[in-house]
Amino acid sequence: MVALAHKAVDSIAGAALDVRNIDHGFALHGDYLPVLEDVSLRASPGEFVALLGPSGCGKSTLLRLVAGLDRPRRGHLLVDDVEVLGPDPSRVVVFQDPTLYPWRTVWRNASLGLETRGLLKQHKHRVDDALGLVGLQKFAKAYPHQLSGGMAQRASLARALVNDPRLLILDEPLGKLDSLTRLAMQGELTRLWQARGFTVLMVTHDVEEALLLANRVIVFSDRPARIRADLSVDLPFPRHRDHPELLRLRREALGLLGLGGDW
Amino acid sequence: MTSIAEAAPNRSSGAVLAGGDERPHSLGLLAVAGILWLAVAALVLAWPDAQELERTGTLGGIALVLGAGLLIAAVIGRFSVRAAAIGRVAPWLVALALAITAWEIVTAKLDLLPLPFFPSPQAFVEVYTDDWRRLGDSLLNSVLLLVRGFAIGAAVGFVIGVALGWSPKVGYWIHPIMRVVGPLPATAWLPLAFFIFPTSGSASTFLIALATAFPLAVLTWSGVAGVQTAYYDVARTLGASPRFLILKVAIPAALPHVFVGLFMGLGSSFAVLVVAEMLGVKSGLGWYLQWAQGWAAYANMYGALLVMALMCSTLITLLFRLRDRLLAWQKGLVKW
Repeated sequence: MVALAHKAVDSIAGAALDVRNIDHGFALHGDYLPVLEDVSLRASPGEFVALLGPSGCGKSTLLRLVAGLDRPRRGHLLVDDVEVLGPDPSRVVVFQDPTLYPWRTVWRNASLGLETRGLLKQHKHRVDDALGLVGLQKFAKAYPHQLSGGMAQRASLARALVNDPRLLILDEPLGKLDSLTRLAMQGELTRLWQARGFTVLMVTHDVEEALLLANRVIVFSDRPARIRADLSVDLPFPRHRDHPELLRLRREALGLLGLGGDW
Repeated sequence: MTSIAEAAPNRSSGAVLAGGDERPHSLGLLAVAGILWLAVAALVLAWPDAQELERTGTLGGIALVLGAGLLIAAVIGRFSVRAAAIGRVAPWLVALALAITAWEIVTAKLDLLPLPFFPSPQAFVEVYTDDWRRLGDSLLNSVLLLVRGFAIGAAVGFVIGVALGWSPKVGYWIHPIMRVVGPLPATAWLPLAFFIFPTSGSASTFLIALATAFPLAVLTWSGVAGVQTAYYDVARTLGASPRFLILKVAIPAALPHVFVGLFMGLGSSFAVLVVAEMLGVKSGLGWYLQWAQGWAAYANMYGALLVMALMCSTLITLLFRLRDRLLAWQKGLVKW
């Protein structure tokens, strides 16, 4: 069972991520507001890395940089040893909000990445496959306003998976779901990651979620975000919430976030 | 363990509330309407006119055919759902029969109201039976002029609106011009336009286009400018080109605003059409109104007003139909 986590490490399916000494910030009312300070991290192909930190510390900013939506002020971002200069469908983001296009059906939302690259005609089956993976085949023709929150988020996951991403960037993808849907989707994420072997970079507020899903949990400090600790979670899947090692890591992570004593 | 048992959302069934009520339509009221219209026919034909009128027989005939038709529908309605559907308008048909009776009595039969300001129903009918050629020609010219001007104005306004919402550089140059010139009513340009353009037709086309373009440009602009940046982020991470972002993200997202702009533009284009036809163009319904007034032909004026109302209403209906098709994804659209 321990081998499962390593089986997912497949150099063809997953991308290697190398973040080198990133500084980033924003101009706010004429002042410079530093958000990321000397952040460096590496993820091997097929690794599931969770980024944990206080709210508003800059984790999401880091994800935008990795996705290529923004350029860092200083430092380098390399994916498979190639500098990130802009967005690319091999690095897909799943946002906290599903941000489905309300004027498109679920199927047409999921097919977006193929359409932008002119691949839709030959690869229609990939859309059906992706909707099947997230269990939404029956809702292919539904419009987003007809979906529940969990279904909408699964549709946005399908929209990402259609592109066969090598690096999946998750920005609190389960943050707005109710706790039951959230538990089920955590299981689905693990299953998809194991089946596809892509590298995952996930931001979350939820310590338990990070420890349940990831190979490594990186803990950030408050803004400007610096890396506090890099915890390795060497447990087999499926993981159990009450595993002693998990409880120990949980205490450690909460301590790093400044919540040690009371928990 | 992987699939989540989620109940299908019960919102999925049509969210649009149509006005149609489901109560069984009274076939009895349909029969009443039929009898009333037969009574109208009897009154028109049997009671001699106090005014000098030519189309009394035609009016009586229309009432007779309508009354008989309604009675037949009331009978067939017991077997046919489609005939029974006419029952929905039965209350209106009853009210119309009563109104026409009153109108007929105070005009044609008793001559109580002064002519030519209050023509009788048969004088109204006479407009359509005797002057349909000129009226039809006017309608055609009005529609052609309106459609031409509206199409040009809509195309220009839309492109300007998208450009304003998308590109700050375009905004820098167009925005001040639009702020100063846009709110000016298109009719204010009328004297100048008739002077500059070679024909009154081209001048009117320009004015109608102007009246359409301004509200559409403003609404399209605000629609495009208001698109969530997250929509662009999603498309960009999926490899979208700027072209894709404009055509497949910005424009569809702005479409609800665009239709509000088209609706406003169509409304102001009606106003400009009528004024332009009254003042310069030698054809069209506006011209017909002016012409009828010159001859004190008030029946013709009322007749032309009705045609104009139907034309405007039909064009608005067509616009709403198009919107319903293109914006089927929206919840809770207002029914026209």
